[in-house]
Amino acid sequence: MSVNQVKREIPDKYAKQYGVYAGEFTNVKPYEAVKRPIKPITPHDSKMVDSIHDAIVKTGLKDGMTISFHHHFREGDYVMNMVLDEIAKMGIKNISIAPSSIANVHAPLIDHIKNGVVTNITSSGLRDKVGAAISEGIMDNPVVIRSHGGRARAIARGDIHIDVAFIGAPSSDEYGNINGTKGNATCGSLGYAMIDAKYADQVVAVTDTLVPYPNTPISIPQTDVDYVVKVDAIGDPSGIAKGATRFTKNPKELLIAEYAAKVITESSYFKNGFSFQTGSGGAALAVSRFLRKAMIDEDVKASFALGGITNAMVELQKEGLVDKLIDVQDFDHPSAVSMAENPDHYEIDAESYASPLSKGSFINQLDVAILSALEVDTNFNVNVITGSDGVLRGASGGHSDTSAACKMSIVVAPIVRGRIPTIVDDVQTVVTPGESVDVVVTELGVAINPNRPDLIEMFKDMKVPQFTIEELKEKAYAITGTPAKIHYGDKVVALIEYRDGSLIDVVKNV
Amino acid sequence: MERLRRTMMFVPGANPAMLRDAVLYGADSIMFDLEDAVSLKEKDTARILVYSALKTFDYSSVETVVRVNALSAGGKQDIEAMVLGGINVVRLPKTETAQDIVDVDEVITAVEKKYDIPVGTTHMMAAIESAEGVLNAREIAKASSRMIGIALGAEDYVTSQKTKRYPDGAELSFARNYILHSARAAGIAAIDTVYSDVDNEEGLRHETNLIKQLGFDGKSVINPRQIPVINGIYAPSVEEVQKAQEMMAGIREAEAKGSGVIAVNGQMVDKPIVERAQRVLALAKATNMEVD
Repeated sequence: MSVNQVKREIPDKYAKQYGVYAGEFTNVKPYEAVKRPIKPITPHDSKMVDSIHDAIVKTGLKDGMTISFHHHFREGDYVMNMVLDEIAKMGIKNISIAPSSIANVHAPLIDHIKNGVVTNITSSGLRDKVGAAISEGIMDNPVVIRSHGGRARAIARGDIHIDVAFIGAPSSDEYGNINGTKGNATCGSLGYAMIDAKYADQVVAVTDTLVPYPNTPISIPQTDVDYVVKVDAIGDPSGIAKGATRFTKNPKELLIAEYAAKVITESSYFKNGFSFQTGSGGAALAVSRFLRKAMIDEDVKASFALGGITNAMVELQKEGLVDKLIDVQDFDHPSAVSMAENPDHYEIDAESYASPLSKGSFINQLDVAILSALEVDTNFNVNVITGSDGVLRGASGGHSDTSAACKMSIVVAPIVRGRIPTIVDDVQTVVTPGESVDVVVTELGVAINPNRPDLIEMFKDMKVPQFTIEELKEKAYAITGTPAKIHYGDKVVALIEYRDGSLIDVVKNV
Repeated sequence: MERLRRTMMFVPGANPAMLRDAVLYGADSIMFDLEDAVSLKEKDTARILVYSALKTFDYSSVETVVRVNALSAGGKQDIEAMVLGGINVVRLPKTETAQDIVDVDEVITAVEKKYDIPVGTTHMMAAIESAEGVLNAREIAKASSRMIGIALGAEDYVTSQKTKRYPDGAELSFARNYILHSARAAGIAAIDTVYSDVDNEEGLRHETNLIKQLGFDGKSVINPRQIPVINGIYAPSVEEVQKAQEMMAGIREAEAKGSGVIAVNGQMVDKPIVERAQRVLALAKATNMEVD
């Protein structure tokens, strides 16, 4: 058993294979990017195949190989289920899947796991049913949870070797020029799929909207695509928009957002040309509304807003408050439309977004990020993957990437959800190490990480109540009592990779 | 110094999460509701929940008020639980006569004696929601030494007057002014009715400006989002704060010198001017303005 820098025990078997977390940038070292085979085609060849079945046959997919998917369709995705059903029908077993994330809609995956079709998974997250099944221990091999930047790194370095990438393509031509801004299943940015197309051995575009050649704008170019399949439907637009969140009217979320915005506007980072990222949660989204007012009042404009883009950011750009939107994923339809129409709304891939081992990702240039949390502990470690019951139900996302790289990371969370404390002695699972987290914002006030004395000094006159993280925890426990310990089993069901590939935690069965 | 009551926020008694979070939003007073916001079958639940909340959560930064049921409809049990829980103020709804207040006072006194709480610890306020109540407001305001305020409950009142709420508030003109005069004559607070269209910020602003001009201490609120709007309107201007500060500094200086008659910036300073200056400074502090 090894103990890593955030005091988590990592079984030797996995510690040897992955290494253990030893600090934010300890493992940032030169490396060789992977090579990939190319099957060139002649002017007379067609890339069109008749069905998913035929595409699987053509790629030579067989037992033991790795396939990938993107999660830009969120709860509206048809592609992963469709492909896995076909693979199962063809009798192929022992497949590793590497989707950028897994949604509730992918519950049929559970049967494919039980039948031995899927035997390895790496993903950013696991939602309710699939997460619960994995936590029960239905797989022999643990799921590897990777951040968005970590996944890009793993693909570029060859830690994930994708044999075949199946890319849901909202629109494609017969030669495989793909974008996400046209078609029935419009999703905007294809940032997570672009990285798969760049590094996978073979790429299959799965589309329901075949457009005349050449399809522009080109998000994924024909030079990365081997086959194109037309199917009836690749996604459900209403499910794709599930990431969309309306402005919250919840007074507690608004209060948290107001405090978080104050932390930004009272910081030295808040000046012309600053940059920010907000998530898509209720409080995180509302921050942009308070930020907007401060930007207008104080005549401050942002150089760029980054990340998952929402309509809130699109509106800020339309008002001239944000110069550029840098977009790896869109959470709602208006953002997808904006990306198609606005040259200053720019699509990037996951590697440029957040990889720790690229020649510089956008998050390295980011001033401020607002992030949410399921739990924060008194060492500022953050859990975004397991619930208070220890069951896998969240997603690593860009949390650890952005927190590590930006100049000031702000984690927003209520101190208590229902009867469950959010600020705790020890998080169930560490996804983001406390050293990356600068300010925790709750409805009671803020706690600043003691490893940022500069921020403590900067905010000493801020008119937001300030506490130590221990005080916030005490206030949470005063309401809920001290939570009982969860009884985990002995089986490791998930490995939590830090963005650099080392293990920051493991999750055991419940 | 008299307590500020710019905002008195209704909190339904049977909602544990709201009881927990009520203190967060900057209301001067929190009013736990055991009456209309609680269905008949949840009356006991709400009473027990609010009692537990008073015993568990830290409400020390606010004034706690409870709207109890009529004495004939569980009000006695409400009062016993709330007084034992340490509530600051018992608010009687639908007050019609001074006798209503006397009756509640007696119940409170009995409870205070029963639990060895100094008699008079628990304050009272009355909500006036009918023509009869308005016409008796003067006597109601003076009916008990426990009384700290009277409030207008407009929804029932306009119905009893055979009218409804209008944007300009003309239908409430008499009631507001009579209640305000009764409160001031008794030396207690006057609290205006709720503004129930929570999404209409402009309407809330209009109404708050009106009642501030009349002289009300503040308003009842039904949503935390209304609090910053009302507090913003009650916030004094920077000039008002500066003047008040000069005034208080001048008074301190004159007192130090032992001068009898005090003049600041050529203006004679008398009691009402001092009181106004003190209130301006209290409001400034409460709205986080810089005050020396």
